[in-house]
Amino acid sequence: MTPYQPPQGRTGAQCVIDGLLNNGVEVVFGYPGGQAIDLFDKLYDAPLRLVLPRHEQGGIHMADGYARATGRVGCAIVTSGPGATNTVTGLATAMMDGVPLVVIAGQVSLPLIGTDAFQEADNTGITRSVTKHNYLVRSVDELPRVIAEAFFIASTGKPGPVLIDIPKNVQQAITLQPDVQDVAIRAYHPTIRPPAAQVARLADAINKSHRPVLYVGGGAILSNSCGLLRTLAETYSIPVCTTLMGLGAFPERSPLSLWMVGMHGSVAANSAIQQADLVIAAGARFDDRVTGRIADFAQGAKIAHIDVDASAIGKNVATHIPVCGDLRQTLEALLPQLTKADRSDWLAQIAKWREAKPATYHPRKDGKLQPQAVVEALDRAATATGRPTVLTTDVGQNQMWAAQFFRHDTPRGFLSSGGMGTMGFGVPSAIGAQLGRPDALVLSVNGDGGFQMNIQELVVAVEHRLPVKFVILNNARLGMVRQWQQLFYGGRYSATVLSQDGRPDNEHILPPEAPTYLPDFVGVAQAYGLQARRVRSLAEAEAAFAEAFADPRPWVIECIVAEDENVLPMVAPGAALSEMILDHDN
Amino acid sequence: MQKHILNVLVENRPGVLARIVGLITGRGYNIETLNVGPSNDPTISKMTIVIPGDEAVIAQVVAQLAKQINVFSVDDVTARPHIDREAILIKVSTRSTGRAPIIEVAMLFGAKVVGVQPDALTIQMLGSQMQVEQFLTLMHPFDVLDISRSGSVAMTQS
Repeated sequence: MTPYQPPQGRTGAQCVIDGLLNNGVEVVFGYPGGQAIDLFDKLYDAPLRLVLPRHEQGGIHMADGYARATGRVGCAIVTSGPGATNTVTGLATAMMDGVPLVVIAGQVSLPLIGTDAFQEADNTGITRSVTKHNYLVRSVDELPRVIAEAFFIASTGKPGPVLIDIPKNVQQAITLQPDVQDVAIRAYHPTIRPPAAQVARLADAINKSHRPVLYVGGGAILSNSCGLLRTLAETYSIPVCTTLMGLGAFPERSPLSLWMVGMHGSVAANSAIQQADLVIAAGARFDDRVTGRIADFAQGAKIAHIDVDASAIGKNVATHIPVCGDLRQTLEALLPQLTKADRSDWLAQIAKWREAKPATYHPRKDGKLQPQAVVEALDRAATATGRPTVLTTDVGQNQMWAAQFFRHDTPRGFLSSGGMGTMGFGVPSAIGAQLGRPDALVLSVNGDGGFQMNIQELVVAVEHRLPVKFVILNNARLGMVRQWQQLFYGGRYSATVLSQDGRPDNEHILPPEAPTYLPDFVGVAQAYGLQARRVRSLAEAEAAFAEAFADPRPWVIECIVAEDENVLPMVAPGAALSEMILDHDN
Repeated sequence: MQKHILNVLVENRPGVLARIVGLITGRGYNIETLNVGPSNDPTISKMTIVIPGDEAVIAQVVAQLAKQINVFSVDDVTARPHIDREAILIKVSTRSTGRAPIIEVAMLFGAKVVGVQPDALTIQMLGSQMQVEQFLTLMHPFDVLDISRSGSVAMTQS
């Protein structure tokens, strides 16, 4: 009689954990469920830090914040059905901004697929357009290869999220397949060496240009090209504007910095683009929030566009010098071909435009706290600590003020949902960033609207003892939409008032007899176990920042700010960059 | 708007067709015809997509398709010497005209009568996009009961 032999091989769930470890994953954001129990059973004693978000969307944004802050692949695990569908907004956010994520979703067992089983959803169908790639794993033998491919796809070329849908019986099945180390995908060859002839054309154009501008996007950060860009700008006297996603790619304290370009960009950046004879787009994609009215964008300039994504070139703006390639490789090839030029006239003009500052605001007579002043105070307090700082934002006015009034000097120091504009990003992304960068001072600037979209994740900061400083600019408004309603919709504030009074009639909300303040953010924060403070003046804000930054615990600092401040300058939707609204009387 | 014929080589895997079609329709472009079949390598499928659009739109479609993980190549054959063929089946009622005039048009195009019913003819026609359009124009005055089209397939001549 043969003695009992334990089964050979390992389960699909074990393949997943082994694959994560092989790819250097240290932190996993995971929310369990019926079809993911096997994965979590293997996670139970895996040498990985498991972070339990309180909603799958929050979990994906945490993985996203972790990835943006560190440059590593963020990883999340969710269950089937609603677990997977809750990831869609997070995946779309990462997709638009080129953030590498690997998200693993449980799925009902293969024989049940297509039967409308409990918690069944067509995850690959639903996520197809919000992922760089996705997989439904039909056999456990494929799993080691799929995991390796997913990390490779997520982190190469233009990075992006990859979803792997794994049926429960595949998680449980046994395979003898080893882990895959060397990935080769037949139809996918991501590293793109720029064509030498195009690089030479670009060099020639730069050498002949009198008024060049570098227009730098998030691709500069993703490709780790910021140092080379700085060399290009400083050695050859080329001023630099950045997109929202490019903030931090070039130090804003440099006299060559034009700050941010676009709808809420600076006078310096938008003027320089419109007056330039050569616009060099580097890892940027001519988003409509940048270009304004396309027909009037940089009319006097040749457009050069360096991008690793061929589909980004020529998509929105006609390009004279397309360079499809990795930005880093392109700059390495370009720099030796350049000659120094005297551009003192252009630089003098730039210096003049820079006098206008990135953005300004008028002091108020009513004494209400101004959100712009809060962000400036935050910047001063952060600088005073001397620590590396990561600032995450939510979306809307808070995001734009954080972009305009905080000085961005280091790559991966400003994390924001630029492409998707996802409210609810600010809180979880800061938690993910702090997990990836434990030594950094992590700040999160939010409005009172978006703060409530993933407010449940505050508890994670407490549980994991993450010293994130959450700031709420509370104007009791959905401020950016309110601003558009004021400027373009005749002051009809439909569904943008969050205070108890001043609501439109059709909301049927009667003003209370005594002024009521809802929600009590300080109370909520304290209930989740955070330190919290409400401030109504600049002095109180400064004191709160100083105290919070010196404290090793997570804080919520709620700033009650004026309800009617606008983000300026502003290029109205559909207007040209040269038609900036500089001032608006409140 | 000119119609473009794209030959797309893709990995022969589940989900690839859905990804390609979803990509094109999701970005607001309209597919006129689509044909998919194995290539001479059984692990690679060849898709022929006919899509109307100006040069900028087609350039964008080509770039978006080319960056898909499962796509080997995208070839817009429209501007180069190529052969394109589409097969169609058309059923025409013979009640009011009799068979003769319908068969006469079919003969002009080298089309074949492949089905005869007491009051209808089914005709098979093979031709380039242009020939198919001309044929359908000439068939239009008759009482057309049904049309099935295969979508174009194309091959370059180089």
